[in-house]
Amino acid sequence: MVEMAGGPQVAQRGAETTRNAPVFLPAADIYEDATALYLALEMPGVDPDALGITLDKRVLTVAGRSRPVTPPGYSQTYAEYRDGDYERAFTLSEAIDADGIEAVLTDGVLRLKLPKAQPAPAKTINVKAGG
Amino acid sequence: MVRYVAGTDLWGEPLATLRRIQDEVNRAFGDQRAAASSEFPPVNVWRGPDGVIVTAEIPGVKLDAVDLTVHQNTLTIKGTRVPDGEAGPEASHHRRERMYGPFARSIELPFAVDAERVKAQATNGVLSIELPRPESDKPRKIKITQG
Repeated sequence: MVEMAGGPQVAQRGAETTRNAPVFLPAADIYEDATALYLALEMPGVDPDALGITLDKRVLTVAGRSRPVTPPGYSQTYAEYRDGDYERAFTLSEAIDADGIEAVLTDGVLRLKLPKAQPAPAKTINVKAGG
Repeated sequence: MVRYVAGTDLWGEPLATLRRIQDEVNRAFGDQRAAASSEFPPVNVWRGPDGVIVTAEIPGVKLDAVDLTVHQNTLTIKGTRVPDGEAGPEASHHRRERMYGPFARSIELPFAVDAERVKAQATNGVLSIELPRPESDKPRKIKITQG
């Protein structure tokens, strides 16, 4: 069982950003099977180069920076969404094979596959008879 | 019964100030955009000399799965958000915050659009629709000649 900590407070708890852009929490789908943990995060407007994923001990942090879109010569007349940055952190309660993490960004959705670390095989210790 | 106006007399509504602070904190921290809007996709509209550009956030939706129609000055965006097929039957879900299912939106534009020249593209989950104004519809400068 993998327990997820990291609610809506996480993005705001850290230090202030130097950019005057809002920081959003990307909506996430998280599921797991016997071998891996899967995450899908919605980050529209983020380039693959402007995306950072770090796993520090058991805290997985995903941060993305969206490029503001302003068509040259045009002015905004109506707005329902804002360009901004995305950040979200998750605490994993299970060991993850950090070298085997796969991350793919397609159509504004970041998909992460975090393979579970194989537990060390049980070791039998031979006992020698003392003298 | 005597009613007190909140803010002028703290004894009238002892929790009003606390509640207001709580509301403000909730608003500040609940910046999750997906839950906030019921209309999908959220759109921005840009106006320029040659027409209008409509941008919409459609994460996870491919451009060829989006159906765009233009009729006079109404733009309609239709499509379906399909869940990932990766999860096998034995997978267990921990969080499901993304929304799925069909969506449709109609946007009224400030003028009729030349439907033949409408262009659409999608980059990183952001749909951008260029809607040019027909030449005949553009405002024209009228030369004034003195008689």
